[in-house]
Amino acid sequence: MRTKNTILFSLISTFFLIFLISIWKILATLQGLSINSFNIEIIFIFGFLISLAHLVIGDRIKSIYKSIIFSLIFVFCDGYLIQKLPIWYNVGVFLILYFFTNKIGKYTFIGLKEEHSTQVILFDFLTLFGILFFSFVILFPFYMMLVTSFKTQIALLVNPLDFSINFGQDIKDLFKSYFVIFKSYKFGKYIVISTIVSVGTVIITLLFAIPAAYAVARLNFFGKTFLSTSILIIYMFPAIVLVIPLYTIFSQLGLRNSIEGLLIVYTATTLPVAIYMLQGYFKSIPKELEEAAILDKLSWFGIITKIIIPLSIPAISSVALYVFMIAWNEFLFSLMFLDNPNSFTLSRAIQYLSGDAETPRQYLMAGSVVVTLPVLFIFVYFEKYLVSGLTAGSVKG
Amino acid sequence: MNDTLANTEKKTAYILTLPAVLLVFSIILFPIFANIWISFKEVELKDIRIPEPRAKKIVKSISDEPTKIKILYKLRNSSLIQEIRDVSFQDNFPKNFEIENLDPRCSYKKYNLKCEFGNWPAKYRENFQVIFATNDGSNIDKKNLKSIKPKLDGKSDNILLNTNFTLKNFKKVLFENEFIDLLLTTFYYTFFGTVGSIVFGILTAQMVNQKFYGRTLMRSVLLFPYVAPVVALAYTWELLLDPNSGTLNSLLLNYQIIETPINLLGQKYIEISILGFDFKLRLALTTVIMFEIWRYFPLAFLFILARLQAIPKELYEAADVDGASPFQKFFNITLPQITAVISILFMIRFIWNFNKFEDVFLLTGGASGTRTLPINVYQQGFAISDIGMGSAVSIVIVVLLLMFMFFYFKLLGKRVDEN
Repeated sequence: MRTKNTILFSLISTFFLIFLISIWKILATLQGLSINSFNIEIIFIFGFLISLAHLVIGDRIKSIYKSIIFSLIFVFCDGYLIQKLPIWYNVGVFLILYFFTNKIGKYTFIGLKEEHSTQVILFDFLTLFGILFFSFVILFPFYMMLVTSFKTQIALLVNPLDFSINFGQDIKDLFKSYFVIFKSYKFGKYIVISTIVSVGTVIITLLFAIPAAYAVARLNFFGKTFLSTSILIIYMFPAIVLVIPLYTIFSQLGLRNSIEGLLIVYTATTLPVAIYMLQGYFKSIPKELEEAAILDKLSWFGIITKIIIPLSIPAISSVALYVFMIAWNEFLFSLMFLDNPNSFTLSRAIQYLSGDAETPRQYLMAGSVVVTLPVLFIFVYFEKYLVSGLTAGSVKG
Repeated sequence: MNDTLANTEKKTAYILTLPAVLLVFSIILFPIFANIWISFKEVELKDIRIPEPRAKKIVKSISDEPTKIKILYKLRNSSLIQEIRDVSFQDNFPKNFEIENLDPRCSYKKYNLKCEFGNWPAKYRENFQVIFATNDGSNIDKKNLKSIKPKLDGKSDNILLNTNFTLKNFKKVLFENEFIDLLLTTFYYTFFGTVGSIVFGILTAQMVNQKFYGRTLMRSVLLFPYVAPVVALAYTWELLLDPNSGTLNSLLLNYQIIETPINLLGQKYIEISILGFDFKLRLALTTVIMFEIWRYFPLAFLFILARLQAIPKELYEAADVDGASPFQKFFNITLPQITAVISILFMIRFIWNFNKFEDVFLLTGGASGTRTLPINVYQQGFAISDIGMGSAVSIVIVVLLLMFMFFYFKLLGKRVDEN
């Protein structure tokens, strides 16, 4: 039992180490180092030996010294003797090894004897592996987007693996792609249009949704249940089904290529979610406040503006932020309704840019950064509001 | 007293909900009915434009006669396919203008020229000329004349409003155009995308539910693909997977994992042999599904995490006392607790993935075996310009969705009853 667990533990931890070093190697390759092999065999042998040695030594040596010694041995053999790579790479390897030896530090021979100990180890390492794997898989495209926007066409073609940015160069050269898309491709204008459309959608949606949500939450009227169920059903309804009729109607009314047209469609598509989220919150406000207000002869307009709105600022801001994100990210309707470059939104402008095969990719990526940054910024900054909104309504898409 | 109160309450409620209801009905429900209508018609993109009678006014002075002027109207029917009936024409002139050659179709009263041109067939063109002279001998201001625009009016059939219906579109959709292949592609895309995003959602939620340093940061990061604009992400992925100088292919070549670049988004099939079995994998479709999973697992993650955090701790403590292993705890406590969330998620994601257009459109444009039903709506309606066909495909989507929802709720209802 003990031997089996020891071997399993060493294997699991070794695979984890291989994974760690492989990610580091990929990142190092992308900084222009020529690393042509993962050397998995060598890492495997070292990792296995380190895990075993750790168990054998136990706490005869202070764990911090143990970690440093193991890390140094690994770095000396792998980085210095075998691969001969620069110091920054080896410092990274050292830190990884230090992290790794710390992680395996809590496992001992005694612990391995316990029931389910291999499953516990597997669970622990799977969690660690998951955190790193998902961080890497998610952040890598964003990293690539950002880095590519700072490169030049030639550099990208010569060595597509060199992601290193030369910060020493002139600011003008570094941000060249951004200057170009703002100057030659009118991205400044598109930012303004996107902002107007998104903020406009938020304002109109709230104007329509707050009274409607209040009615659904508080008042009794014929057709109330029908209304609240149809809100949910409409919310599930596919946008692609609306595209052709709306296109024909908008063409005949002359609403294509206009901000008004987009505002109407965006408001209509976000209204059901907004009403649904708001009425849920309004229901949680104590009724007594309104009853007092009715005694004071406040009209419904007074009740909404003086009582409901001030009390539901968190919910309203969460709805606002999230309608903003839907409108800012929207692509399908802007593709269908806009074909004049003077009325493009940012998303449509980037798609238009990519339609020209000659467009250098760094411009495309600079545009992508421009459209992504505001959303990510808002998301990270207001995360608390947004997450509750996301779970309550879940962004359509 | 109570009755009037209830009445005012009702009235207030209708006033408050009316704007929202009207807007949603006109933009969402009305188009769905319009779709049914259009799908039974033969309409092309060019038919949508309403035919208009148009006139271009050209003012020409006549040499040696400064008190006379020639005005040429270039009349035409803007439509190449439809006639305009009862075209009427009107133009105003300054108060000292007398007409020299009155066309029999026209009348000139109070310095207003009115003409009835009758019916104009499609592509109709005419050069209509009138000569005027001033009655007080004063010279003519050409600029002023040009600034007055003639008014034209006419009746035409709106192709969308007539009652010629046909089943041609549906016949075409259902019996030609590789409908079965289209359905299968859509089904693969929807089903595997949904299942994949839920599986990854469970894994990540389980992961973030543990305690570790930087957990809140991790939660934000996991949501990035979901909140970032699809356009930016799709093009980044395209660049990442590009066969010529894409990062992924370059990396794989660099580490000698592959010998020739793989066109992940442009190759329909790839031959794979596992354990001696050779089979063909739909490569581009798989890549598109991967993108879909990558982009939408955060939603599943968020829902499942919220549920996980609501599971009472006592359940796990009791399991610890009983000596349950981590896997036993996962399968016997966690999974049963999240099945309700998963079934809701499955429905939401299935419906949305079924209708997903942007992702596939931006990555492959529907090429290399990735044409799903929503892509087909676009291709029929806008690439081939057959609006009627596009509508018919939309109707097929709606019908399939309704069928799915019906069976899903029936199945779910049964399971709830059994429990």
